[in-house]
Amino acid sequence: MKLKNEWPKYYKKDVVTHYCPGCGHGIVHRLIAELLEEMDLGHRTIGVNPAGCAVLAYKYFDFDMIESAHGRGTALATGIKRSRPDLFVLSYQGDGDLSAIGTAETIHSASRGELFTLVFINNAVYGMTGGQMAPTTVIGQKTTTSPKGRNPGYDGYPLHITDIIATFPGVAYAERVSVSTPKNIRKTKKALKIAFQTQIDELGYSAVEVLSPCPTNWKMNTIDSCTWIDDVLEKEFPLGILTDKRGGK
Amino acid sequence: MNKVFISGNDTFGEAAIRAGCKCYFGYPITPQNELGEYMAANLAKAGGVFIQSESETAAINMVIGASSTGARVMTSSSSPGISLKQEGLSFLAGFELPAVVVNVMRGGPGLGNIAPAQGDYFQATRGGGHGDYKMPVLAPGTVQEIADTTGLAFELADKYRTPVMILGDGMMGQTKEPVQFADPIHINDLPEKEWALKGRGDGPSKYMASLILDPAEMERHNWKLERKFQEIEKHEVKYEAHRLEDAEIVIIAYGTTARIAKGAINRVRKEGIKAGLIRPITLWPFPKLKLQELARTIKHFIVFEMSTGQMLQDVQLSIMGKAGISFHGRPGGVVPTPAEFARYIFREYQEKKDLSYET
Repeated sequence: MKLKNEWPKYYKKDVVTHYCPGCGHGIVHRLIAELLEEMDLGHRTIGVNPAGCAVLAYKYFDFDMIESAHGRGTALATGIKRSRPDLFVLSYQGDGDLSAIGTAETIHSASRGELFTLVFINNAVYGMTGGQMAPTTVIGQKTTTSPKGRNPGYDGYPLHITDIIATFPGVAYAERVSVSTPKNIRKTKKALKIAFQTQIDELGYSAVEVLSPCPTNWKMNTIDSCTWIDDVLEKEFPLGILTDKRGGK
Repeated sequence: MNKVFISGNDTFGEAAIRAGCKCYFGYPITPQNELGEYMAANLAKAGGVFIQSESETAAINMVIGASSTGARVMTSSSSPGISLKQEGLSFLAGFELPAVVVNVMRGGPGLGNIAPAQGDYFQATRGGGHGDYKMPVLAPGTVQEIADTTGLAFELADKYRTPVMILGDGMMGQTKEPVQFADPIHINDLPEKEWALKGRGDGPSKYMASLILDPAEMERHNWKLERKFQEIEKHEVKYEAHRLEDAEIVIIAYGTTARIAKGAINRVRKEGIKAGLIRPITLWPFPKLKLQELARTIKHFIVFEMSTGQMLQDVQLSIMGKAGISFHGRPGGVVPTPAEFARYIFREYQEKKDLSYET
């Protein structure tokens, strides 16, 4: 196998990352940048970055971007795509952004079958604000606002937003992937590619949920974080294709 | 084009389409539903996009998205829904994105009622959302003026890269009058928006962010916005002066209230009271220089509002104690009558005339 390490065209060079060591955002950023080049999309792409750890994503992505208020990414993406259907539109969001404060926008953009692609980073915690409980925090998981571990009788249960929208007729493709291992990273790239192609082919809404490590707030080292994704997070959020209504494509 | 007989709410829509509005996003709320319905029926025919959003919050954020691509965009609502849009208005101001936001005011606070009111003056003219920004606010007085100010709102929004609010009320939204519309503009004739996001093509990438973590840089951005607001204050003040030439007492009122005040002025003038009217058309920027000039000769002003006294504060700040000010307000969706205003003017004139007018 030939190893290559070429710098993706749509990924800025000489920028110091603000992401923590072991964070999954950088991996997913790189995959997106690679695909936008391979699929010849970056020149007509507009990305929407969220409030949360990825609020500074425009410092790394080298295509046009706009920041959204917390939770409103899919509403912005709707406005962009409807105004300029010829553009390729991405909304990049985290679990608190997408499935707590932005639930209504997420559900209804998917229900309308908007023709943009949602990239959902699920790390089961609010990262930027310091590790509070997220809708996706698993039962028993300790966070700064569930210090004794998430108790479903008191805190409720993990919310599976991608599974919910996958049931909608307007959602053509939804898959849950992980970046815990090199193999999983390759699968993530493949899922993103299918999602991007779904948008290009105007088949409907496309969403990729990525289980992603947050060693800082999980208070684990990088290797343990990846193992925790495989052993714990995946049990709550099983990997795989959640819906595929692309028909013959 | 001949005059058409049309309601205020429909006029907002028709005037917006003629001004090149390409996208409208909104959520139903009385008393402005006809505007969204007009856009649903007519915007697509004009090559535009109408979406009934899941909430006012979503609508204003769709506005942000569409505006970032350079399109002329509108949303509308009524008081409670405008509260939900405040987050987005703050972002529009921070991003320096143009947009036109219509508020057809109703009684409040809370759900209040669906009758005409002017209780959102503070919210509109003081920014409404969080952070250090201001926003032009236009107050049409008739259905014809709804058509005119809607066109003006799009022009100001693009010229200064700012959200612009048109502050109407349930009365003018529902009123039908003959309206002469301007000819439709051609979007291609408008200046290119160099700042818009269009995909980077072969050029450098652009980004729009309101997050500015460095306080010194944020301060520079705040002062840059403030310089723009000062330009707006210098150049864009609009008001109507009505029967001021011989006036001894001056009424200040906007929108529907100003219209009622004109009826009252006709009545009291028959009794020999020389009353005039200043009707601010821009509520921000407020015509404070005109009021300061008048306060050199006019000894008493009367402020009428369909609120408990909000624009009153701008009048006080303009006149700075140089003349007397009386206030009469009817909040809660109660619409005053010309006779009621006339009685108030008559009484105030009798009380104040010995003190002031003979000097």
